[in-house]
Amino acid sequence: MKAGYDVADLIVVGGGIHGCSAALHAAMRGMSVIVIERDTVARHASGVNAGNVRRCGRDFAEMPISVHSMNIWRHMVDLVDDDCGFQQAPVIVMAESDSDLEVVRQRVADVRLNGYDHEVILDQSQLREYVPSAAPHCLGAFATLDDGHAQPYQTVLAFQRKAQALGVRFYEQTAINTVRRSGADWEVIGRDGVRFSGHYFLNCAGAWGGEFSRQLGEPVPIEPIAPMMMVTNRMPHFCDAVLSLVSRPLSLKQTSSGTVVIGGGRRGDLVPGTLSGEIRFTELQLAAETVLSVFPVMSAAKIVRAWTGIEGYLPDRLPIIGRSSTEENAFHAFGFSTHGFQLGPGVGDIMAELIATGSTNAPISPFDITRFNHDGAETRAKPANGRSW
Amino acid sequence: MLEHIDEEAAASINFTFDDQVIKARLGDSIASALLAAGEIVVRSTPVSGASRGPFCMMGVCFECLVEVNGVPDRQACMQPAVEGLVIRRGGGR
Amino acid sequence: MAGDAVSHYDVAVIGAGPAGMAAAIEGSRAGLSVIVLDEQELPGGQIYRAVERAPRARLRILGDDYADGGALVSEFRATNATYVAGAMVWNVNPQLIIDYSQDGASREITATALVVASGAMERPTPVPGWTLPGVVTAGACQILLKAHGLVEDNLAFIGSGPLLWLVAAQMIAAGKRPVAIIETVPAARYAAALLKLPLNPTALGYLRKGAKLMRTVKRSKAPIYRDATEIVISGDQRASVVNFVSGGRGHQIEADLFALHQGVVPNQQITRLLRCEHRWDERQRCFVPVCDRFGETSVPNVYVAGDGAGIAGARAATLQGRIAALRIAEKAGRAVGPSTSLQASLCREASIRPFLETLYAPSAAVRSPAAETIVCRCEEVTAGCIRNAVDLGAPGANQVKSFLRSGMGPCQGRFCGLTVTEIIAERKGEAPSLVDYYRVRPPLKPLPLSELARFSIEPGTEDRVE
Repeated sequence: MKAGYDVADLIVVGGGIHGCSAALHAAMRGMSVIVIERDTVARHASGVNAGNVRRCGRDFAEMPISVHSMNIWRHMVDLVDDDCGFQQAPVIVMAESDSDLEVVRQRVADVRLNGYDHEVILDQSQLREYVPSAAPHCLGAFATLDDGHAQPYQTVLAFQRKAQALGVRFYEQTAINTVRRSGADWEVIGRDGVRFSGHYFLNCAGAWGGEFSRQLGEPVPIEPIAPMMMVTNRMPHFCDAVLSLVSRPLSLKQTSSGTVVIGGGRRGDLVPGTLSGEIRFTELQLAAETVLSVFPVMSAAKIVRAWTGIEGYLPDRLPIIGRSSTEENAFHAFGFSTHGFQLGPGVGDIMAELIATGSTNAPISPFDITRFNHDGAETRAKPANGRSW
Repeated sequence: MLEHIDEEAAASINFTFDDQVIKARLGDSIASALLAAGEIVVRSTPVSGASRGPFCMMGVCFECLVEVNGVPDRQACMQPAVEGLVIRRGGGR
Repeated sequence: MAGDAVSHYDVAVIGAGPAGMAAAIEGSRAGLSVIVLDEQELPGGQIYRAVERAPRARLRILGDDYADGGALVSEFRATNATYVAGAMVWNVNPQLIIDYSQDGASREITATALVVASGAMERPTPVPGWTLPGVVTAGACQILLKAHGLVEDNLAFIGSGPLLWLVAAQMIAAGKRPVAIIETVPAARYAAALLKLPLNPTALGYLRKGAKLMRTVKRSKAPIYRDATEIVISGDQRASVVNFVSGGRGHQIEADLFALHQGVVPNQQITRLLRCEHRWDERQRCFVPVCDRFGETSVPNVYVAGDGAGIAGARAATLQGRIAALRIAEKAGRAVGPSTSLQASLCREASIRPFLETLYAPSAAVRSPAAETIVCRCEEVTAGCIRNAVDLGAPGANQVKSFLRSGMGPCQGRFCGLTVTEIIAERKGEAPSLVDYYRVRPPLKPLPLSELARFSIEPGTEDRVE
């Protein structure tokens, strides 16, 4: 839809998983909602990520909301009338050395200490049951056996469709430049006199969310990055799990069509003045080396495509979720630092509750925007066991 | 049937295709040699197992994917026929 | 990424057809360092493919236009340009860092200017049964003849375009008359096309040439069917029969090989990878890169020469190659003459195009295939599925790709991209220019993971031209 002016209770800027999920959940609570997206829904990180749906390896701050979100994933059909391609699969983080094994032991112990049981240790033989083709030097792993993966683009589109069915209005190909107060309400303004206003404003602008937090007087040190992914040709089936490594960047899974999707966060280059990135082949070469050292069975694989997504990265790798610290009736859910996809369904639910009722029991204080002071620097020290994958 | 219009070649280049001997000439690609030998099915598709053969002969359609000396998914139209190659039909997965 | 280990050239040329060779010749003549990266083993591109080793009998069959290519190849071989054969370029970026694979190893070079001369490819021609073994393109038939001296004796042509008549005439010269020419040009097109025919000698020369080819085919008594529709190719395990309607009644033709053709279109892979601006050309019914009159694209120092800039044939390609090289040399501060007379010749060469494009516009059936027709050959995605995805909300080609895997197979969308764009455009009631095209990402062709793992920046082994 393209229009000059529209009004709703809630204005959401950003049409990725977080914007679409919050919009749907807000509509389910009876709010009228507008979602404004600069490109097309799921055009950026939400549509091109690896699709991993995991609790495994998360920062402890994220665990509760990740568990909450996982419950929604398991019943996705009930929420959006689409299974989103979700498939249950173990998410396994492999140890390649004795020091890695020590990290594994400590990690699972810490997870248990925090009252969670979704991560387990796999010893060498257990690891081989799940990943028979892992190279011999892989000594064990920690894993979440009932995590999974889904189809990112299909998922976000399903959220959009269901939201539209509940009356949410989407404005795509509509870039917003300015967010500002208009009396008790909010106004967001784009090019060519495009204007939207609403009582509540939610910033789900992903890698570009920092511009809106800045306009609200609460800048944050968000950095757009361009993590790279690649996908191979179809290969004989060798792997059911989603694989990572304890101490080297890698994320790998084999899809149902037999192709192998490889990520891990190695960064490409942002193309200045555009919303896109470029592959840095010297880095991708390292990813290729890593893959082959762990899965020699892929020696004949061919890369059919490599791409980047644009993610908003915060220095503590935690997102910003919650109220604005400077303005009433303004909210944020952005900066998910390459691991926001799985959180989308749950965070949308939490944001809708917070906006509609004024509060939420969900433990989102670790994601408060005030952890960055007004120069945009970090004020709060990161917890000691904050290592995450 | 495909026929040669040039004079008889001085020597033939022999390679195997699914263990069958194929006679090729200098200048043949694997694809042209297979077609000349009447072998128009060179692979089955991964999606449905349908039979496929060479289509564009210039390396853009990726239909003629065969296994060459153990390496899968080589474009037969872009590889010259060489003595002793072991070629297998490309298989679906 | 560039260090002193990476070779740098004034001009890199991708492709060694007439455009690439002409650019290399002109660039070398102007004193520039030139490297030509050619995927083929011998220069000539597709139009002069294997001309260096064609026996006399083959040259006679293929005709003077082909044989004349030999002179251009010789001239190219005699330059100082570095010619790298068997080089598969898999990445180029706007900084003109170029990565290519040769003999299982990948290398990198850099250049100050790039001439993309990777030419054209057959327009995708989805008809029922087109994926059966035994169905090839008209271009494939010509390659079999040119490069391998092979001719089919039981072949039916289906489609339209000058190449169809040329290959048929060449086959007849080789003693193998096609069993049928099943042309899909609607009768009304002839009148519409004639209105676009300019009356200059160059255009009329092409017309005469085309008429001569048609006469050759007619004289051979090969059955010709006009205005054919409802084309269905079928067979058990291989294509053996084509059914169609022509002249108000149904026909059935049996053959061993079926050659499809609906014209050629620019191969957009490199220009799309570089994110050059493209425009939809309504009369050519394809995307062409937006270029200035020297062939420079929207990306600085990236030029397109030859059919990749829009289909215009070999002579135009040679002119464009020279024009681009002269412009590059001029920008590099070399003393070169103006290209005005070359530009004028190019205009004359291009003047026949409106006539040809109108007459031989692709058939409605291949632009909008029946629901059960496979559109994405690699992933076996049908036209009906694509229309369904549009109805479900996929707004463009890339979203359809995400939904259905169309374009995700090894050909990377080369043989389905245009059709997918046209189907979406029709379904949405939107112009193809708005629908746009698949995003192209590296590698340009599938690259072995192990080769990438070994990739390091070292000087490549350069084949000095003998």
